[in-house]
Amino acid sequence: MTRALVNVPKTAKRGEIIEIRAMIQHVMETGYREGPNGVTLPRNIIKRFVCKYGAQEIFSAELFPAIAANPYMAFSTVATETGTLTFEWTDDKGETQSASAEITVT
Amino acid sequence: MIRLVLLSLLACASIGVAAEIPPQDRRSGFEFMSPQTQAMQSEETSNPGMLWVADGERLFGEPQGSADKSCASCHAEAPKSMRGVAARYPTFDEETKRPIDLMGRINQCRVKRQGAASLAYQSDELLALAAYVAYQSHGMPIAPPADSRLQPFRENGRAWYEQRLGQLQLSCAACHDDRWGARLGGSVIPQGHPTGYPLYRLEWQNMGSLQRRLRGCLVGVRAQPFDFGAPEYVDIELFLMERAKGLKMETPAVRP
Amino acid sequence: MKISRPSLEEAIDSFTGGASVREGRVKFEISPLVENGNAVPVSVEVESPMTAADHVKRIALFNERNPQADVVVFHLGPRSGRARVSTRIRLAASQTVVALAETSDGAFWSARAKVIVTLAACIEDISQQ
Repeated sequence: MTRALVNVPKTAKRGEIIEIRAMIQHVMETGYREGPNGVTLPRNIIKRFVCKYGAQEIFSAELFPAIAANPYMAFSTVATETGTLTFEWTDDKGETQSASAEITVT
Repeated sequence: MIRLVLLSLLACASIGVAAEIPPQDRRSGFEFMSPQTQAMQSEETSNPGMLWVADGERLFGEPQGSADKSCASCHAEAPKSMRGVAARYPTFDEETKRPIDLMGRINQCRVKRQGAASLAYQSDELLALAAYVAYQSHGMPIAPPADSRLQPFRENGRAWYEQRLGQLQLSCAACHDDRWGARLGGSVIPQGHPTGYPLYRLEWQNMGSLQRRLRGCLVGVRAQPFDFGAPEYVDIELFLMERAKGLKMETPAVRP
Repeated sequence: MKISRPSLEEAIDSFTGGASVREGRVKFEISPLVENGNAVPVSVEVESPMTAADHVKRIALFNERNPQADVVVFHLGPRSGRARVSTRIRLAASQTVVALAETSDGAFWSARAKVIVTLAACIEDISQQ
């Protein structure tokens, strides 16, 4: 079960700079912690996060174990056209997941 | 550092008889946090607890068990049917003739009405459902029911709250009534009001229940914690909710 | 656990390829005193017109005393409109954190912050869960 909350304004004026916020449910296990039995818990973090506006990549991030559990990222983009913003992230287990949001540009 | 913390705990223990906090001085733990942690809670798009609330919304509408019914099959729309519910829990359970907490009630519904297995106290599913239900009371004042059948259990909760426990011989009251606002190690001691459960604790890096928090306190004073789901926790919660009467519900709260 | 890691300066050098780093243009918002190092809110904003000809390409964070020096690398471009990013980071101890920005002309700009992480007193025993 992975849940993500992405926050994109529903509408914007062409050329307006909008703020995008994303929060992803993920343990971000550092690989430096010991479990209850004293054995080091294997690292499992989201390594890469990408945001596309339509087909074009507008933002990406390489994450390391120093990013907090349930990662939160806020960034911005210029509203250019009505369309879909897609968010995609991949963790150490090789699982890739995604979320999306629609924006209407006037 | 550990020695310092122990010394300050012992300093707590040496203080005299617990005095109740006057109602006008009762304050949520929110007010003792840094502005950064307050902002993390107040801004829903940055509050990690909202991930569980969102998941609870999905689970509330998902058919479960042999009855193939969802919570919504009986309770319809949570924003209406669940509004104010968490603010008056725990409540008296006719069946067991004792108080039941919100998570206990959700599990009772699962077993009896949905024909599904009950969920573990620290499972994401139960935390999500409880967070979603309690979120419907966000901003509402805590309003314990005036049900006289609850009174003996509430008194038992108060007795546990005032009981010195563990190797450190500390009661809840010794810190949260007598020493709130003081520092223990680097942290401010709050008044211990359960206004925002289930809540996201930065220490846990996760969502957690009031029972998990109470277990943490019991372990902290070097006492043997009760098991999850133990009736003592429900009695303590009953007393704590009475003590927090009128404070606003904050679920999902964020705490350091 | 003994962990060997590059120093803060070595980590910065490997990001810049040894290019010189100038102080300025970077506004780094992080509280000087945090109550829990598990999730420390940070924001970085870089002065830039964010045009095709002149923009911020990357913003990175590095730390001095975590087991690993890297924290995050953000990739931006003219479509960002504004060179501002926020996230939440882990700090294992009180230490210096550096925000670095690479601009499209190949220059590097930075800002540093010293952060004190106060220890939580009531740490839950992980074996109890």
